[in-house]
Amino acid sequence: MSITEILFWFLTALALGSAIMVITAKSPVHSVLALIVTFFAISGHYILLNAQFLAIVNIIVYAGAIMVLFLFVVMLMNLNAGSEPQKNRVLQFAGLISGGCLFLVMITALMKSDVVDKTVQMNDGDHGLINNLGKELFKNYLVPFEISSVLFLSAMIGAVVIGKKEKIEK
Amino acid sequence: MLLAIDLALIIEKLVLIIIVVMASLGIAMYTTFAERKVAAILQDRRGPNRAGPFGLLQPLADGVKLFFKEEIIPNFSSKFLFILGPSLAMLTAIMTGAVVPWGDKVHFFGRDISLQIADVNVGILYVFAVVSLGVYGIMIGSWASNNKFSLMGGLRAASQIISYELAMGLSLIALLMVTGTLSLKDMVLQQHSEGWHFRWNIIYQPLGFLIFLICAFAECNRTPFDLPEAENELIGGYHTEYSSMKLGFYLFSEYINMFISSVIMSTLFFGGYDIPFLNEANLSVNIAALLGILALMAKVCFFLFLFMWVRWTIPRFRYDQLMNLGWRVLIPLALVNMLVTGGLILLKQNHWHF
Repeated sequence: MSITEILFWFLTALALGSAIMVITAKSPVHSVLALIVTFFAISGHYILLNAQFLAIVNIIVYAGAIMVLFLFVVMLMNLNAGSEPQKNRVLQFAGLISGGCLFLVMITALMKSDVVDKTVQMNDGDHGLINNLGKELFKNYLVPFEISSVLFLSAMIGAVVIGKKEKIEK
Repeated sequence: MLLAIDLALIIEKLVLIIIVVMASLGIAMYTTFAERKVAAILQDRRGPNRAGPFGLLQPLADGVKLFFKEEIIPNFSSKFLFILGPSLAMLTAIMTGAVVPWGDKVHFFGRDISLQIADVNVGILYVFAVVSLGVYGIMIGSWASNNKFSLMGGLRAASQIISYELAMGLSLIALLMVTGTLSLKDMVLQQHSEGWHFRWNIIYQPLGFLIFLICAFAECNRTPFDLPEAENELIGGYHTEYSSMKLGFYLFSEYINMFISSVIMSTLFFGGYDIPFLNEANLSVNIAALLGILALMAKVCFFLFLFMWVRWTIPRFRYDQLMNLGWRVLIPLALVNMLVTGGLILLKQNHWHF
């Protein structure tokens, strides 16, 4: 096995293992931490695909910002394993079936695609490097890019409006 | 193959990594000493002067003391997370050194060895990623302490770091517009002075530097922004429950962070290992590299002194003042700086015609 393959399998095992940890961990804080490990493993995959920018942004945005807020909330709510409400059987059964269906669809989709016989697909191209990504975004995909930035702006304004204190009527 | 690696390269990088880590630890160690000396001088005292000549062995004595202190892990706290906290703080503090160009290159054993561990083309973003991960060490440690005051300190630290990261990023965007690259190595090379033409980024981005400096203070939890460890409000802040070397790790990581942010500031705004008005090409490679490292270290020492000077001069902010400064002053200022820089760059491309 080449170094790339070893890295690929290591990262895959890490990503899947920690993703399973997220849903099985007793304490919510532990599952948040496992989720952070998952993001790191996925970033490692991006680096293997030579998409350095995406890898770093994934760490900055997801692991560095969003998960910190998650951790904030979980720590302050002081959730314990005991206080978790019991779900009823019907709901669990429905969850099992729908989850299984999704899994089945994904497996069949993967079986039909042509990547089945390739273990590690390396992208030697440099589309993921920041120069090419920037040019691509600002030349070919300028309108979708700008629209998504407006979407972010509206989300920000929405957060400010919600978070604003209401004036006390005198 | 993307990952074709030869053995010599691995050894070379390994040696470099060990040197960088050891040097950061050593410098951080003596920064604690320097801090006490500077504090003493500013307060008209002598400072540590018992261990060794001029008290030079004081950091070693401190380290030994911390190692031999009793190690206490509070009941009802998650032991794993309690230990993970300081370890993460230390890890993220050291990791940043990987992308910093410490010098140009040296010539040994017939090989040109670059004095940078990894010249990734997203260098400055990597620094950001690591900085944003620095919160976890504090947050996890403070939560695992199972102590309300620790948790309050951790929350303060996290919200402070997140708030100031924004202004820091915005101030850097203006700098990136000027340099047009994310690689720290390229940035340093661009700042090399040609003859009498002086090209450090501080000339083009004075306001950006000021914002970056303030944010660096906040990110390192240094006075006047050391709210997370405000003794009179929070006992000891996020490390209240820590003892022995785990406490030492928290304190030590702060000094490493200071060192690394001084390095980053020198690299981004003060030419990195560049010596102004000196043409390095005239010297032999190794001499130039040595002089470059010394130049970088001189700049770093200046910034470290600045950190200490401010700490022992300016009193601590109140928490709402801190948040106001971050959100209402620095972020708008950084946005204006970005806008002006963009406008000037466009104007320059148009040969100064509107």
